Amino acid sequence: MESLDLHKITVRELNQFLHKELPGKGVKKLEILNPDGVHSIAAGMDTEVDIDIQGHGGYYVGGMNKHANITVHGNVGWGVAENMMSGTVRVKGFASSAAGASGHGGTLIIEGDTSLRCGISMKGIDIVVGGSIGNFSGFMAQAGRMVICGDAGDGLGDSMYEAVFYVRGNIKSLGADAQIEPMTDADYAAVQELLNRAGFKHDPKEFKRVAGAKKLYNWNADANQEY
Amino acid sequence: MCGIVGLLVKNQKMRADIGKLMLPMLIGMTERGPDSAGLAIFGAPVSNADRKFSLYAADEDFNWQKLGHDFTNHLGTPARIEQKANHAVLTTHLEPSTVRVWLKEHYPSLHLLSVGQLMDIYKDTGTPAEVAERYSFQNLQGSHLVGHTRMATESAVTPAHAHPFTAGEDWCLVHNGSLSNPNSIRRMLQHQGISFETDNDTEAACRFLEWRMREGDDLRTALNKGFDELDGFFTLLMGTKDQLALVRDPFACKPAIVAEHDDYVAIASEYRSLAHLPDVKNANLYEPMPEELYIWKV
Repeated sequence: MESLDLHKITVRELNQFLHKELPGKGVKKLEILNPDGVHSIAAGMDTEVDIDIQGHGGYYVGGMNKHANITVHGNVGWGVAENMMSGTVRVKGFASSAAGASGHGGTLIIEGDTSLRCGISMKGIDIVVGGSIGNFSGFMAQAGRMVICGDAGDGLGDSMYEAVFYVRGNIKSLGADAQIEPMTDADYAAVQELLNRAGFKHDPKEFKRVAGAKKLYNWNADANQEY
Repeated sequence: MCGIVGLLVKNQKMRADIGKLMLPMLIGMTERGPDSAGLAIFGAPVSNADRKFSLYAADEDFNWQKLGHDFTNHLGTPARIEQKANHAVLTTHLEPSTVRVWLKEHYPSLHLLSVGQLMDIYKDTGTPAEVAERYSFQNLQGSHLVGHTRMATESAVTPAHAHPFTAGEDWCLVHNGSLSNPNSIRRMLQHQGISFETDNDTEAACRFLEWRMREGDDLRTALNKGFDELDGFFTLLMGTKDQLALVRDPFACKPAIVAEHDDYVAIASEYRSLAHLPDVKNANLYEPMPEELYIWKV
């Protein structure tokens, strides 16, 4: 297996290799050693390849990812898989703020907790969190699904559009326009499918559905600015 | 943007190497704060009646020996002066108020960075590596320290505007973030007779918290009042003679990560400043929650 050591090369050299040289090499699996919290590791991937990051990543790990399956054997900083298009990013530890922000597609799996603003402005990504998520998560989430196996913090799904969240634990508070809705058979199937993808064993019956009430879609002159 | 680092060494044997352990932490935060750096180190206390005064001279060739002579002649008692580049630590048993007045009268160009029995402060402009080299940070010894790398966003880049800021004795604060109401806090404190060295927003927070504690609040109560009064973004790391304390604003807009190990507690804005620490693999790594006060005792 190809092994790249961030004690020996810079992250710029690493990413240039991943972008320019890797696609022609036919490599199916590689590992990155000594990430040590460096930023932008394996950001901008555009190749089908399995990447194992052996340690803790910094900001924007797997940002803008397309096609690659990236596993971080540790924690990550802000903005993991931000703006992801496709592929998978799995974090074995915890993720800091803004995990999966603006993600268009693919799957982000976080086995531990995530910090604030997880899935903010998500646009089609699927996010599965094994632990709990911080405050203001899913703010203005436009499309995609988020499964939260633990608890959710304050202001979940504030001003959310068409995205749907499934929460197993407690929700500290819902954001403006977010509401708890009854689970349908399609919801149970969706939760089961996402849990299977993540490898988490929970009963979909334990989850509740959170979605936007869509009351903010149109200007309401009678609301007196009280939302 | 700025970087903060803190280190509290629990293992007595490692305290002689606190400077060496910290150095890569501070340098690791260079991208977050390349224009200035500073550090407060809490070492062995001076004897009971003594106080240490950390001083900064803008002039590289400042004559510290002459200051020592003048001090003895004017005040009738000698002071111990240890110089490091254009910083010096002056130790005397005279009252801080006496020393302050004397310094202001005879050496108005000097900056008094801190007063205390354990704490020395070094801060200056330049990259963290340059500042660390200038003041031999790798040789520092002590139980705990608070460091900062600055990328100025709201006030000038000068040594006085660098962090840590201090108020009172053996108390310092570093800040990552920005306050939106430092001027109204400054005006409120000025009415209480509190004077300011700079127009920096962090100095307003520092003097506010120190004022609350001087008025009888403990740190937790002072910080709760801070949540009411301080508007803006902040991760604040504070050092006292026997503890480090950390708090993040309600929106946790600025990062922080903690590594708790049997031998040490290390705090930084980002993990890349902790990656080199010995046996960090076995440390308990976590992100401090917003609006919660974390305190680690020496």
